[in-house]
Amino acid sequence: MVDILGGIAKALQLIISGDPVLYGIVYRSLFFSGIAIILATLWGTPIAMLLGLKNFRGKTVVKTFFNSLIGIPTVVLGLILYLVFSNGGPLGFLGLLYTPGAIILGEAVLVTPILISIMTSAIEAVDPDIMNLAKTLGASESQASIAVLKEAINGVLLSNIASFNRAIAELGVALLVGGNIAGLTDVLTTAVSRYTARGELDLAIALGIILMVIVFLINMIVIAARKAKMLFTLWRSPQ
Amino acid sequence: MTKHNDDSKMQTWQKLLIIAVLATTIVVAGTITYFTYLAKRRLIISTTTSLYDTGLLDEIEKNYEATHNVDINIIPAGTGIAIQHAQNGDADVILVHAPSQEKTFLEQGWGVNRKIIAYNFFTVVGPENDPAATKGKTTNTALRNIANYGGNLTDQSGQTKIWVSRGDNSGTHTKEQSLWKAAGYNYTLISKEPWYASVGSGMGDTLNVASQKSAYTLSDIGTFLKFEKDGVISSVALLTEEKSLLNVYSVMAVNQTVPANQTLHDQINYNDAMDFIKYLTSAETQQFIENYGKADYGQSLFVGAVQPLKDNAPQLIVGWIQSAAFFDGSECPPQYRNGFPELYT
Repeated sequence: MVDILGGIAKALQLIISGDPVLYGIVYRSLFFSGIAIILATLWGTPIAMLLGLKNFRGKTVVKTFFNSLIGIPTVVLGLILYLVFSNGGPLGFLGLLYTPGAIILGEAVLVTPILISIMTSAIEAVDPDIMNLAKTLGASESQASIAVLKEAINGVLLSNIASFNRAIAELGVALLVGGNIAGLTDVLTTAVSRYTARGELDLAIALGIILMVIVFLINMIVIAARKAKMLFTLWRSPQ
Repeated sequence: MTKHNDDSKMQTWQKLLIIAVLATTIVVAGTITYFTYLAKRRLIISTTTSLYDTGLLDEIEKNYEATHNVDINIIPAGTGIAIQHAQNGDADVILVHAPSQEKTFLEQGWGVNRKIIAYNFFTVVGPENDPAATKGKTTNTALRNIANYGGNLTDQSGQTKIWVSRGDNSGTHTKEQSLWKAAGYNYTLISKEPWYASVGSGMGDTLNVASQKSAYTLSDIGTFLKFEKDGVISSVALLTEEKSLLNVYSVMAVNQTVPANQTLHDQINYNDAMDFIKYLTSAETQQFIENYGKADYGQSLFVGAVQPLKDNAPQLIVGWIQSAAFFDGSECPPQYRNGFPELYT
């Protein structure tokens, strides 16, 4: 039978001894998710600013669209992206399938809805008077928007952290467009699945522990950040 | 104030959007540049899980990469998915073990230059107490005993499973279907029985499920021995080698020019694919395959098939391979070959 305690002990040994295979996987997971969040933030922020600050026709439809995409199953998105990136698919000529680039793009697409939704709410929650006040004080439209974004900084950070959480813990996209190639496109989740399937439970457990620790830490940061919100505001006020 | 007005001509969100487009382009272009110019040439191999989960392919990859300037990328999947990958142009080489599917694959022009590289045997594995009394029986009898045992279970609610199937269109799944058929059952009906579970995953996962549920399953001997040795599962092998349990592994290169009305898959790395096939069939690699795992498991996980087929000996096994995995009396009829006559001498 499976020796759970023995497995955990060996897993800890791997973690402490700095096993290169293990840490390669951890590094790739953090790197891919990190770049994906930067990309998603870059293309999500302007959309969130539009949704949060401007009024236009169909705005509710767009917001509902992004809100409902938050829960898209990762395998479904993975399948869609596989068909798109496949050599037989519309973007096949780029040769992105089974490369880190495909995972980064896929995870960026995956987290965009959650990022936009949280950021939009945060921007909407900022007192509209701030924008008006900034303009009265001589700020241009774009300076005023930045003032609002600064006020919503907590929500912006939260959106990033939630997105990172989703990206690093997802399996479907990385598996289907990354191919789980050892040493190139395997990340924490796909590697856990592979080493379990191969019966190499020590590595699987070690990877699982690290994934849990990362996700746990991220959530601790969110909670701490919420608690520190007041301190943060106080710290900013002298400026 | 005029400065501010100039500034507002292009709004913040528009600037950000441009930066976003640029960043996306950088990621895409970076990936393409890296794989086109900087990285070693890629050879993508889509393979059946049994060759991968036993660790054999990892070792072959290491050996090959040590002497060749090529980066081998292995995508573990079932035979069904491997073939799908090849049809989409997403793999350069496929390693599979389902002769009937391979035949269609060749006939439709997706693959060329098939070589039979190795064989071993399937076995039915199950709980040690063997409630359906299958041990040492022929495959047909064993399956009939399992089906009868399942049919006579008191619990017919579908909670108790006594047979676990890969259910993923893999080579093992294909073999399972043909074995049920040979035992006199209609596979569609048998797979709907309440005691029949289909897990839709790889061999390792399926063995885990079967062991946890004290159920029977069909496994290639290689994966089973590895899992048994690692102490991950408590199942035991119940059947001995026989003709119907023969498991033949083949390699094929994906055709660069795919059948009519399809785009030309010029990204297929045909040259390296053929070089890898030659490497697999070389005497040294064949020996390596045969020795793999011998020290750990007390027996070979896979037996090289190239030399036996060339020598026509041992005759019994060669005869079995020919009847199970030859098409028109050849491992690769001439119309499905493309150059490389030395492979077939």
